[in-house]
Amino acid sequence: MAKDEFQTREFKVVGTRPLRPDGIDKVTGRARFGADMTVPGMLWGAVLRSPHAHARIKNIDTSAAEVMKGVKAVVTRADFTHQPDDPSISDILDNCMAGEKALYDGHAIAAVAATSRSIARAALDAIQVDFEVLPHVIDVDEAMKPGAPVLHKGRQQENVPEGYSENVLSRTAYGHGEPETGFKSADLVIERIFKTAATHQGYIEPHACLATMGADGQGDLWVCTQGHYMVRNTCAAILGIEAGKLRVTASEIGGGFGGKTTVFLEPTALALSRKAGRPVKMVMTRDECFRASGPTSSSSITIKIGMTKDGKMTAATGEYRYQNGAFLGMNAMLGAMTGFAPYDLEHVRTSGWEVVTNRPKAAAYRAPGAPMAAFAVESVVDELCQKLNLDPIETRLKNAAREGTRAAYGPTYPAIGLEATLKAAQNHPHWSAPLGPNQGRGVACGFWFNFGGDTCVSLMINPDGTVSLSEGNPDIGGSRASMSMMAAEELGIPLEQVRTIIADTGSLGQNDVTDGSRVTFAVGLATIKAARHAIEIMKQRAAMNWGIDPDAVEWVDGAAQPAGPNAGKFPPMSVAEIAAIASKTGGPIAGHHEVTAEGAGVSFATHMVDTEVDPETGAVKVLRYSVFQDAGKAVHPAYVEGQFQGGAVQGIGWALNEEYIYGEDGRLQNAGFLDYRIPVASDLPMIEPVILEIPNPGHPYGVRGVGETSIVPPLAAIANSVSRGAGVRLTSLPMSPPKVLAAMKAQ
Amino acid sequence: MVAVRLWGALAELADGTPEVEVDATNLRELLAQLEEKYPALRPQLARGVSVSIDGKIYNDTWATPIRPDSEVVLLNRLVGG
Repeated sequence: MAKDEFQTREFKVVGTRPLRPDGIDKVTGRARFGADMTVPGMLWGAVLRSPHAHARIKNIDTSAAEVMKGVKAVVTRADFTHQPDDPSISDILDNCMAGEKALYDGHAIAAVAATSRSIARAALDAIQVDFEVLPHVIDVDEAMKPGAPVLHKGRQQENVPEGYSENVLSRTAYGHGEPETGFKSADLVIERIFKTAATHQGYIEPHACLATMGADGQGDLWVCTQGHYMVRNTCAAILGIEAGKLRVTASEIGGGFGGKTTVFLEPTALALSRKAGRPVKMVMTRDECFRASGPTSSSSITIKIGMTKDGKMTAATGEYRYQNGAFLGMNAMLGAMTGFAPYDLEHVRTSGWEVVTNRPKAAAYRAPGAPMAAFAVESVVDELCQKLNLDPIETRLKNAAREGTRAAYGPTYPAIGLEATLKAAQNHPHWSAPLGPNQGRGVACGFWFNFGGDTCVSLMINPDGTVSLSEGNPDIGGSRASMSMMAAEELGIPLEQVRTIIADTGSLGQNDVTDGSRVTFAVGLATIKAARHAIEIMKQRAAMNWGIDPDAVEWVDGAAQPAGPNAGKFPPMSVAEIAAIASKTGGPIAGHHEVTAEGAGVSFATHMVDTEVDPETGAVKVLRYSVFQDAGKAVHPAYVEGQFQGGAVQGIGWALNEEYIYGEDGRLQNAGFLDYRIPVASDLPMIEPVILEIPNPGHPYGVRGVGETSIVPPLAAIANSVSRGAGVRLTSLPMSPPKVLAAMKAQ
Repeated sequence: MVAVRLWGALAELADGTPEVEVDATNLRELLAQLEEKYPALRPQLARGVSVSIDGKIYNDTWATPIRPDSEVVLLNRLVGG
């Protein structure tokens, strides 16, 4: 792939705001989500889950369940006889169905398929499990101590220094320079320890699937997921079947945010179907989503930053201790890479510690690992500004990473947009708006990587000249709209003539998951290339029709035309005219493109928020919120704004209310939306999105990913706002009313 | 020869040096050379890495060219959400 794909151009379709192609279906109920598929002979699956945080499974007796009327299959780990080669897949299997030990409250122990949900649930009650309850550990700092209860033996990587608990599975370290030297030249050095609670993505649609395994060894799976190819490959590896034997179709998706980038139910549903010889449908309850899907890490972070009195950061260090639930993760590594990424630092060192605890296996959550890191780093930056009486935006501009800056995680930045977001924030009316009593204004920056990855697109020219575009990525953030728009732009035809569908795994080659802010960049790039491929074919067909050389044909405004007077005088041929004679000029016309998209670039954002703290209750109200982020090129600005707003809102929830609360027994105490409080519309002001467009040189239209960066700054921005409004610096999230009130009273 | 910068924990496994030199003209050669010259890096290479070449991050494409003066930084394999 060329490293410099971008070419300046005037857009006709890209940059407009057409109606959402999935809007009518979703508001009328016609859209089919994970739980909306039903087939004849279908059984209902249900999962028996551990009531213990940590327990050895001494025996499972399923005999009583198996003989119940209506029960068609029961599976335990013993039914998963294939051992995956890949350790990460092996962990997923262990998470989907416990082996020797239950590792957290909610860990799957057995599953049943029955003719009704009620029978399936009753059958779960009939399964007898003999547990030996073991000591458990929930907190990351406690889990790192040498005497902590150990979840796994022998899994510590070679990079962990001696003396740590075996719960510390991995350590990564980044940085350059000599921080101790840098701290000596600072006028003020602040070191703080921060704690953040685990949070859930809070997607409205629970995990759901419908699995069918035939007697011939071929299977079909309908599933709510961010990546049906990942589901296919993972399930095939777990069940020991060939990937090509399993066809996976992605349903509509009611939110994912990273939480649907792995599997939880699907291997079990397939195993039940294989055993029962009938289709099996499984739908998680909300309780199961909280207890047994993939929340994000909780964290304990130590940040130390030195600054001169005129605002120059002289050195910084960070220790990022994240628990990833019961299995190895990489959120601490990502925190260690991203926390100081917005700044130009001569001396910076960070370490990330990946720790296991008796909690569900962490999954990705929008920019995994980065929001907590930004919370800690940006809080210290803000405190330095307060103590040195410095302007928080000017100070960030003074220290901002720019082209040529060596990033805290290693590489030298190419052209980046952080400075532009800071200047946009500085010049926005929000920055100079007056504040009232008990109100504060906070600012924070955030960084995230963008990704590319395996991508296949097929673009069919139909006989009537309309276009059918197939992509292999579930549409979470508007990809059907943006792909249709890019195809229409490139072909030069009206948007209404393009329909994009999400193809199943049997229809296109491998596609990576809809994650990493990759889809508009990578699938968009492939869509544009597929359209160009189709155009080349259509030019050949027109040339054949006219009896001239294909090189003498050009594509202008959605039609083939002779490239000049010497090529001949023929009226332009539209897509419809070329399609109408396709059978006579060589057959059906289709463009396609397959690519491993690389070099996606990085992304920065600056957020600004006003809050008001009630001095009597400690309740924090968000009054005004502005997001400044670079989109490269906003293909459909309304969707881009939605991404900016959604990330900010999720960050507001993370900052103020959301947390996994565990009891002394290691069991989750708030596994439902009543007690796990996500923001609702009435909690929020209008989130004002400000889209910056600094073209990404690696994409033909300059597109950058925008899906994740917007959740990185909010935690810090709100903490900084509360600090300035209430006069107290909170270092622990969430900043719930009791915490804020206690901090205010302690002053 | 290409200079490859290693992150801290990897440097400790590569004779304690944060920068190593290998003879490579593309990503595949780079990874193969690292594995051959520094066997202690094999577990991490097997787990997966990303490579920043002149400020852009690459994950997979073996044929990605690397010039002798390219800035090459080895990174942990990155994931998104």
